[in-house]
Amino acid sequence: MRRNKGWKLAAGVVALSLAAVACGGDDSSSDAPASNAPAACETTTPVKLQLQWFTQAQFAGYFAAVDQGFYADQCLDVSILEGGVDIVPQQQLADGAVDFALSWVPKALASREAGANIVDIAQIYQRSGTLQVSFKDKGITSPADFAGKNIGNWGYGNEFEIFAALTKAGLDPAADVTLVQQQFDMAALLAGDIDAAEAMTYNEYAQVLEAINPDTGKQYTADDFNVVSYEDEGVGMLQDAIWASGERLASDAAYKDTAVKFVAASIQGWAYCRDNAQACADIVVAKGSKLGASHQLWQMNEVNKLIWPATGGAGMIDAAAWDRTAKIAQETKNLEGSTVLTKAPDAEAYTNDIVTAALALLDGMGVDTKGSSFAPIDVTLNEAGA
Amino acid sequence: MTTETTMKKSEATRRVRRALLFVLSLLLVAGVWEIYKTVGPEAGGKIFGWKLLPRSNNHAMPHVWDMLTRYSRPELRGSDRKIWSVVLAGAWFSFRLALVGFAIGATLGLGLSILMARFKIAERGILPYLVVSQTVPLIALAPLVVSWGGKLHIAGWTWPRWMSAAVLGAFLAFFPVAVGALKGLTSAPSASLELMDSYAASWWQTLRKLRFPAAIPFIVPSLKLAASASVIGVVVAEISTGLKGGIGRLIIEYAREATSDPAKVFTAVFGAAVLGLAMSGFVTLADMYMMRNRPKEASA
Repeated sequence: MRRNKGWKLAAGVVALSLAAVACGGDDSSSDAPASNAPAACETTTPVKLQLQWFTQAQFAGYFAAVDQGFYADQCLDVSILEGGVDIVPQQQLADGAVDFALSWVPKALASREAGANIVDIAQIYQRSGTLQVSFKDKGITSPADFAGKNIGNWGYGNEFEIFAALTKAGLDPAADVTLVQQQFDMAALLAGDIDAAEAMTYNEYAQVLEAINPDTGKQYTADDFNVVSYEDEGVGMLQDAIWASGERLASDAAYKDTAVKFVAASIQGWAYCRDNAQACADIVVAKGSKLGASHQLWQMNEVNKLIWPATGGAGMIDAAAWDRTAKIAQETKNLEGSTVLTKAPDAEAYTNDIVTAALALLDGMGVDTKGSSFAPIDVTLNEAGA
Repeated sequence: MTTETTMKKSEATRRVRRALLFVLSLLLVAGVWEIYKTVGPEAGGKIFGWKLLPRSNNHAMPHVWDMLTRYSRPELRGSDRKIWSVVLAGAWFSFRLALVGFAIGATLGLGLSILMARFKIAERGILPYLVVSQTVPLIALAPLVVSWGGKLHIAGWTWPRWMSAAVLGAFLAFFPVAVGALKGLTSAPSASLELMDSYAASWWQTLRKLRFPAAIPFIVPSLKLAASASVIGVVVAEISTGLKGGIGRLIIEYAREATSDPAKVFTAVFGAAVLGLAMSGFVTLADMYMMRNRPKEASA
C-alpha cells in the first residue's frame, strides 16, 4: 500500500500534464489567421508578421488587410504575431522565426550593424511621431527651453531624437538638462516629476488628454500643454517600417515575390484605414485590443497623419529622411557616450525595389497610394479613452 | 472514538481560526494602506535626503474601495464585460499554463534526480549546471524560447505561442524538484539499503520499494516550491513575450492606462496573487491526499 505512493505521485504528474496540455490546446486558435483565400489561388503562402507591440491601431493597416481579404487576394495567408516587452521584432526576423517584422529604422539598423541581415523594404511611417509634452506654465516651446529642466525619456534607443534636438539647440545633454527615465504611462508628468515627457502622438499624448485635471475636475485639454515635435524640429528619425530577410531576398525568388505581394496588400490595408478610420479602429478593437474606443480612433487618426499624404507613394523610402536618420544615429551621443551606429549603414540596408513593384501592382488595381487629398478627422477623447 | 471526535473538533476550530486570521490580515493591510493615504505626504517625502516615502495621492495609491469597486465595472466603457470576469479568465488561462509548466518541470526534475541518484558521475556532471541554469535571467531567456519555438515544425505540428510561457514556468519549476528529490532519494538509512542488498534486490526494486517512499517527505515540499515557481515563470514570461490571454499580459495592458485609470492595474495584480494562492493550495490538497495514510508526526 505504502510503496505505491511514489508511483501515484509520478502518475499524477504525468496525467496532469496530459490533461493540462489537452485543455491548453484550444487557446491557440484565437490568433490563427482567417483563411478566406479566394478560389483563384492555387496555393496560399503562409506569412508571419511580427509586430513591435500588442494589437492596436498603430498596426491597423495589417489587421485591415487580413480583415478585408487584401492578403487573401494576393494568395497570402498572413498571421500577425503580437510583440511583448522583451520581443525584439528584427531579432525574431533574423532568427528566421518570422517572415517579416516591423521595426523603427534606427533600432533595426543597430541590429544590422551587429550582424543581422535584415532589409527595410517599405517605409510605412513617413514621419516621426515623437513629441516632448509639457505643461504650459513650464514655458517649454522648443528644445532650447529644455535647459535646466527634467526631461523624461524612455531610454532603450528611444532617446536619440531628444539628444539630437539638444545637440542641435547647442545644449550638452550631460550637463544642461536632467534626464529622467520614464515609465510607460504619463503619471510622472502629471505628478510634476518630469517637466517635459516623451510621448508618441498616437498614444501617450492621448493618455494625458484622457486624464482628469484635479483642479477643474474635467479632462485636460490640448491648451494645457506645450508640445515639441521632433519631426518639426528637423531631427525626426524614421519609425515603423517593414523589414525582410536580406538573405532570403537575395537567394529565394519566391520569397521576393511574396514580399512584393505582402507590401502591396499591407499598403492597400493602410489606404483602406486612411479612408475608413472608424472602421479600422473597430477592426482593431474586434481583434482584442484593450484600449478604449476613443483612444483607438485617436491613434488611428494620428497614425494616418504619419503615413499620409505620401508624396512619393506609400512605403517609399525617402533617401533624404533615411540619410538624416542614419546621420543622427551615427553622430548623436547619449549619456554613456555611445551612438546607435558606429558607421554609416551599407547601401543594401534598404531597397525600394519591392515597394516600387508593390505600388505598380496597386496602381493597376486602382488603389490610391499617394493619398494627396487625405484630411485627418477630428477625434474627441473621452475620459480614460473610453 | 471520543478522542477522535475531539480531535476532529479541534481540527475544525483550528481551520475556522485560520480563515479568520487570514481575513483579519487582509483587513489589516487594507487599513494600513488607508491610514498611510491619510497621513502620508501627497507628493512623497524624503527621509535623511533619501526619497523613501511613497506618494499617497490617488494616482499612486488608489483607495481600497476604488480598487474593489473597479472589479464590478466594465473593463472598457461601452463593453458589457465586467473586469472581474476578465481578470478571472486571465488567471484561469495562466493557471493552466502554470499547470503545464509545473507538470513538465516536476517530471523533468524527478527524472533528473533519479538519474543523479543512480549514477554518482551524473550528479557530479549535472548538478553544477542545474545551479547555473537558475542564474540565467528569465527575461533574457523568454525571447529566445519564443524564437526557437517559432522555428519548430514537427510533422505538421507547430509550436503554439503559449507553450513558450509554459516551458519557462517549467524552467523555474524543475530545479527545486530535482534538488529536493535527489536529497530524498539518497536519504534512506544505510541499514535499510543493506537489507535490500541482502535480499538481492535490483537497483530499480530498491528505488521503488525503499528510496522513493523515503523521498516523499522531501519531494512534497519541493513540489510546493515548484508550484509557485511555475506561476512566477508563466506570469513573467507572459509579460516578457506579450502572450495574450493571461494575467501577466493584463498587468501590462492595464499599467499603460495607469495615467487615467490607476485602480485598474491593481485588479490584475490581485488576480496574480490569487493565482499564486490557488496554485499552492492545489499542491497542498494533493499533499493532503497523498499523505493521508501516513502517521501524523507530532505537530507543534
